[in-house]
Amino acid sequence: MSLTLPEVKRIAHLARIEISEAEAEASRDQLNGIFSLIEAMQAVDAAGVEPMAHAQDVCQRLREDRVTHLDPQGSLRDQFQAVAPETEAGLYLVPKVIE
Amino acid sequence: MSQWEVVIGIETHVQLATASKIFSGASTAFGAAPNTQASPVDLALPGVLPVLNRKAVECAIRFGLAVDATVAGKSVFARKNYFYPDLPKGYQISQFELPVVQGGHVTIAVGQGDKAYEKRINLTRAHLEEDAGKSLHEDFHGRTGIDLNRAGTPLLEIVTEPDMRSADEAVAYAKALHALVRWIGICDGNMQEGSFRCDANVSVHKPGTPFGTRREIKNLNSFRFLKEAIEYEVRWQIETLEDGGKIQQATVLFDPATGETRAMRSKEDAHDYRYFPDPDLLPLVISPEWIDRTRADLPELPQAKKQRFMAEYGLSSYDATTLTASLETADYFEATVAVAGKASAKPCANWVMVDLAARLNKEGLEIGQSPVSAAQLGGLVARIADNTISNAIAKKVFEALWAGEGVSADAIIEQQGLKQITDTGAIEKLVDEVLAANPANVAEFKAGKEKAFNALVGQVMKATKGKANPQQVNDLLRQKLAG
Repeated sequence: MSLTLPEVKRIAHLARIEISEAEAEASRDQLNGIFSLIEAMQAVDAAGVEPMAHAQDVCQRLREDRVTHLDPQGSLRDQFQAVAPETEAGLYLVPKVIE
Repeated sequence: MSQWEVVIGIETHVQLATASKIFSGASTAFGAAPNTQASPVDLALPGVLPVLNRKAVECAIRFGLAVDATVAGKSVFARKNYFYPDLPKGYQISQFELPVVQGGHVTIAVGQGDKAYEKRINLTRAHLEEDAGKSLHEDFHGRTGIDLNRAGTPLLEIVTEPDMRSADEAVAYAKALHALVRWIGICDGNMQEGSFRCDANVSVHKPGTPFGTRREIKNLNSFRFLKEAIEYEVRWQIETLEDGGKIQQATVLFDPATGETRAMRSKEDAHDYRYFPDPDLLPLVISPEWIDRTRADLPELPQAKKQRFMAEYGLSSYDATTLTASLETADYFEATVAVAGKASAKPCANWVMVDLAARLNKEGLEIGQSPVSAAQLGGLVARIADNTISNAIAKKVFEALWAGEGVSADAIIEQQGLKQITDTGAIEKLVDEVLAANPANVAEFKAGKEKAFNALVGQVMKATKGKANPQQVNDLLRQKLAG
């Protein structure tokens, strides 16, 4: 299996990553290199092996339902927003997205 | 148009009643100042890791047990990838191949009277996932404002099989599900605040042919919109097909102002989510012991309670359905019967479903906020049953209880002298007086005018301030007039 250039461009678009023609070609070659690794793994007979959802055979630890992030005055928010390109009235502003 | 069959499946996003988010310690409370409930995990800052909330899992188990589904011993979280500014990670943590709840069913009651029927709606699955943030499109000089307080709020997405065949069945399902999730305490059911949102997948086809292409109506947050949106969509699809057109699979929005659905633009990528297991989260393991503990903790479920009400109290299916519409209503009814006695179960049902419901409705109150307690209402019904007061006087006493004029029906009856006059001698005396004072009515009655009789009854009741037993007055009057 290998990726075509239009497929690479589509994946980039889905992730909203802007790539040049040269980058698209380079990415295609890199991704196809990864696919060849996967192909090698797929050649292994895995019949009867239960698929794993994680590399480690352990299960999720759970936390108690408690509120630990408290920011009533918005001072933490202000710190987080200090690195945002644009904010107003406590909101992050982004280019208009509307249906 | 009867040759077309409508096929509907519903996906519902139920906001789970947790204090904190599904993967972070930020609060889920509604209405906080923007972004003050957005933790580094919700903001997707680098290096953060999600940690699953035990209560959210517990809610999913409760739901699975309540709909007789399989609660998966092992389920897996997956990343659903899409790009939108209110989703800072660029993916939503959801479940895909191995959801926590598999199968199950909900029984719905559709229609009223002779046309009423029950139907079983099968569920495909229910899975845990996080909500996205909120986009505000107004007032930001051509920009969109993003509030991430809602990002990471725990949701259970409940998916049905395409089992519904009309808008009425879809609404009946949505109402039954809404009642159930509140009943088992996993959701506050507040539709205005978005705690319960439905997406309806609608298609039409001729019976005996494969299902038609479906369109998905997104984000319906009221039962009325659900009904209107489906009815419009069905008409539109049938007209399109009959005009020789084809239905394109699409995601559509319902506009309550126009009552129409319209396709969303820029959603051509929407179904390319590139799911894969989230490496930040390990498989969720639910032990049989946890499932057993949760089962033991569940309240009696609506269907079981309904059947018991019919068997134990001799109520009709309609009454039992109405009284089990919510756990609060069912508990109130049973507490009323506990005081009034089982023999008065039917009058108790009527008082709760008719008089109390009307009064609550008028004041915009929930049954939990009723100024008249179940014990007070039970005491009132008991006094009707033992003939201390008539139904008409009972309504007065009910109003007095509502207004807080006394602690109990007995106290109000005593204070306001409302006890029914059952002394035949006393009533007879009043009847004689009324007959003597109204010769014209007497003459009219004897000339065959039944209306005149009612006027005489009214006069006697007035003379007793409504405290005479109406049946007794009737009997006495007829006796006297015949004599």
